[in-house]
Amino acid sequence: MAYEREILVQQTLFTQCFIQVSGTAIEMKAKVYVNLKSGVLDPQGKAIQHSVELLGFTGIADVRQGKYFEIALDENLDNQQARESVEKMAREVLSNPIIEDYRVEIEA
Amino acid sequence: MKFGVIVFPGSNCDHDAYHVISKHVGQPVDFIWHRETDLSTYDAVIIPGGFSYGDYLRAGALARFSPVMNSVKKFAESGRFVLGICNGFQILCEAGLLPGALIRNRDLHFICDHVYVRVETSDSPFTNEIQAGSVLRIPIAHAEGNYVCDDRTLDELKQQDRIVFRYCDETGAITEAANPNGSRENIAGICNRERNVLGLMPHPERACEDLLGSSDGRDIFRSLAATLAAAV
Repeated sequence: MAYEREILVQQTLFTQCFIQVSGTAIEMKAKVYVNLKSGVLDPQGKAIQHSVELLGFTGIADVRQGKYFEIALDENLDNQQARESVEKMAREVLSNPIIEDYRVEIEA
Repeated sequence: MKFGVIVFPGSNCDHDAYHVISKHVGQPVDFIWHRETDLSTYDAVIIPGGFSYGDYLRAGALARFSPVMNSVKKFAESGRFVLGICNGFQILCEAGLLPGALIRNRDLHFICDHVYVRVETSDSPFTNEIQAGSVLRIPIAHAEGNYVCDDRTLDELKQQDRIVFRYCDETGAITEAANPNGSRENIAGICNRERNVLGLMPHPERACEDLLGSSDGRDIFRSLAATLAAAV
């Protein structure tokens, strides 16, 4: 069946945002990815998928659009503090837990 | 009775709300800058439509952190009345004063149009002068008015009779075709459990004069005024 041959590509396009928490020397960076939960309709993703397909790209099963934040952190924070602080920020501000999931990465 | 209209950077329906309260409700009303925190002299506050903080991050997400919003929470907890219109509804959801969220319209368009909404309950301080089942013609103007919530929240809203307005056709029938933005179960407006906080996407303040195409919105303000008059 054609469907079985279809390659599942889940591509997430990110709008970017950069937050610099402190003006001092930057050693540490947090990356926060915010995505709509799987059940939530993403009309923007659908429109992007449609446009990409019009351009001739094939094998695209779904496009979901999310948000990506790069947060420069004060070098004095240890990894654990940084994660706790950014997780809180992601939970309380950067995402809306009713419709979105988030993922935090800390780069020392 | 005294009304306040909260003004965030980017609010743009604040003057419409002010006009309706002063001219059609005929009561004193103040603009309240979002940095103010004293709401003690007010009986009802309106969170107006617009694009607070440019809708950055998510519609209504940043306005939630304005100093006045802590006071609005306490104001609501004290039993006084909060009406959130359009961006005001989005802010109330982001602030957790109402359940659910408003996401991008199903068809992506910014919709600016007159629509019909059915009043689902008279049991609210904002609709007690309107018979349940009445159809109001009120404009909408939004890109993020698609109401979503989980099943449990929807059940709770239904069981507690908290769905106050639903999009309908001219005859009052709730149909998919009459749903402009994809909102779950055509929901256009809901209230909190205590019923003193209402959020709705349509703009009743833009429908208070026949010259503007409809005066159906007046019934909502008339209801609120009646509630306040009875409370005094």
